[in-house]
Amino acid sequence: MPVTTIDNRPVHVNEEGFLTEPAEWDESLGTALAAQIGLELGDEHWKAIRFLREDYATRGETPTLRRVTVAGGIPTKDLFRLFPSKPAKKLAYVAGLPKPHGCV
Amino acid sequence: MKKLLVLGGGTAGTMVVNKLRRRLPVSEWEITVVDRDDEQRYQPGYLFLPFGTYSADMVGRKRHTLIPDGVEMVLAEIDRVEAEADTVHLEDGRALPYDYLVIATGTTPRPDQTPGMLGEQWRRSVFDFYTFEGARALAHALPAFDHGRLVVHITEMPIKCPVAPLEFAFLADSWLRKRGVRDRVELVYVTPLSEAFTQPIAAQHLGAMLEERKILVEPDFMIERVDNDRKSIVSFDEREIPFDLLVTIPLNMGADFVARSGLGDELNYVSVDKGTLRSTAHANVFALGDASNIPASKAGSVAHFSVEVFVKNFLQLIDGKPMTGSFDGHANCFVESGHGKGLLIDFNYDTQPLPGRYPLPVVGPLGLLKETRANHLGKLAFRWVYWNVLLPGRPLPLPALMSMAGKVAPVDTPTTAASKE
Repeated sequence: MPVTTIDNRPVHVNEEGFLTEPAEWDESLGTALAAQIGLELGDEHWKAIRFLREDYATRGETPTLRRVTVAGGIPTKDLFRLFPSKPAKKLAYVAGLPKPHGCV
Repeated sequence: MKKLLVLGGGTAGTMVVNKLRRRLPVSEWEITVVDRDDEQRYQPGYLFLPFGTYSADMVGRKRHTLIPDGVEMVLAEIDRVEAEADTVHLEDGRALPYDYLVIATGTTPRPDQTPGMLGEQWRRSVFDFYTFEGARALAHALPAFDHGRLVVHITEMPIKCPVAPLEFAFLADSWLRKRGVRDRVELVYVTPLSEAFTQPIAAQHLGAMLEERKILVEPDFMIERVDNDRKSIVSFDEREIPFDLLVTIPLNMGADFVARSGLGDELNYVSVDKGTLRSTAHANVFALGDASNIPASKAGSVAHFSVEVFVKNFLQLIDGKPMTGSFDGHANCFVESGHGKGLLIDFNYDTQPLPGRYPLPVVGPLGLLKETRANHLGKLAFRWVYWNVLLPGRPLPLPALMSMAGKVAPVDTPTTAASKE
C-alpha cells in the first residue's frame, strides 16, 4: 500500500486515498483529510465523524449511512448536507476508515 | 429427543430440512419448520412475469409438497425468539423449544419504509416486481405502456438478487424494441451506487451494456420520498426524477421478529460469523440465506452454497467436533440481458466477478461476463433444477466454494472485491 504525506506526516492509504491503518488517524488528521475534499468541519461534522470512529472501534466495520442515522441519531438529510453527494464515502474518508461495505 | 427448529420454509430452510432429515436419525432428532404460509415461490421467476414470459402457475408450489416426511411443518407467525431460554414464541401463543435454531426467514421488500411509496400511485404508476403480487400487477400494467419515461429504481443496498434490477432494465429495453416503441420511451436506471453494479469489473461490463441500449444511469441517488402529485422520486440531496412508470426495488429488510428478539442489525439481519453462519451472540443459533448479515449477495445460489457448508459443519458440531467448513461467500448468477441472451457471474467474498469460462459437467463451459444464448437457456433451465434438485436437497454438480478454474484475471486490476456504497 502506498504511503503519502498528509498533515505533515506519513500515512498509509489505498489506491483511492482511504487510510488503511485506522490507528494512524487523529482529529487533526481528520481536519486535513476534510480539507483535501473541500470540507471545513464544524460541530455537526464532528458528531458524525466521532460516531463513525467509536462504532468502528467496537464493531470492526465502518457503519453504513443507515446505521449512522439509526444508531448515531443523525438524520440522513443532514448527512447529505454536511458531506454533499456521497456522504458514506466522504465520512469514511475523513474519519480515516475503510469505505463501508455495501453488499453485493 | 433433540430438537432442530428451522424458521422459514423458503429456499434455505427447505434445503436444510431436506438435507438434514436424511442425515439425522428420526429416533434421535425432531425437525420442525415454521412458515407463515404454504406458498413456496420461485422468486427468480418474478422477473419474467411482467413481460408475460412466465405465467403465475410456473413460479409457485405448495410448500408442504417440498418438505420431507418426518419433518413437522407449523404454519404460524413468529412472535420472537427467546434465545436465553432456547424457545421460539409464536403469535398464536404456542412456544417451540429447541436445541438448535436455524433462522432462514429471508428478506422482504418494504415499500412502507419510503415516504409516499405506498401513496395513491402505488400499483397505478408505481410498481415493484420483487413480490408475486407486484410482478403480476406490473404484468397487467405494462402492455398499456408505450411511451414516456420508465424509471427502474433501487432504494438502498443490500437487496436480494442485486442483478435483477439490471435484468429488468435489459428485458424492458428488449421488450419495448420488439413492440416497436423503444424510441418513444426514455429508460432511466436510478441507483444509490456510484456505478451500474457493486463490483468494479462487472460494473464496467454492465455499465457498457446499459450505454449500448441507451439506458440513462442516475448514480448516487438516495431516495427520500415519492412525490405522488408530481409523479417523481426525490433524493435526500433534492434531485428530482419524474416518471410515467416507476419500477422500484423498495428497501429490503429482514423479518421484524428478528428485531423484536434483539438478534438483528438496523435492517433486521442476524449478525453471524461469515464463515460458519453461526450467530455471534448464541452458539446454538444459525442464520442461513438472506436472513443473515454476511457480506455476500442475497441470492438463492448463496443460500445453496452456504447450506452445503452448514450441513457438514452441523453434523460435526452435534458430534462434539470442531466445525471445519468455512463459507467463502460464493455466488453464481445468470443475468438476463434481453434478446434471448444472458451472462453468468461467479464470485465470492474476496474475488469479484471475472470474465472467462465457467466449467460445467455434461453441459460444457459457460461464458463468464459474456452475453450468450447458452447462459439464457441456463437461466430458463434453472427453474426445473430449483424445484426438482435444489429444494429437495439433491446434489448438484457445482462446488460449494468458488473455484478460479477458467477465470481470467486482468493483470493490472486487483481481483479483490472492492466494497462500494
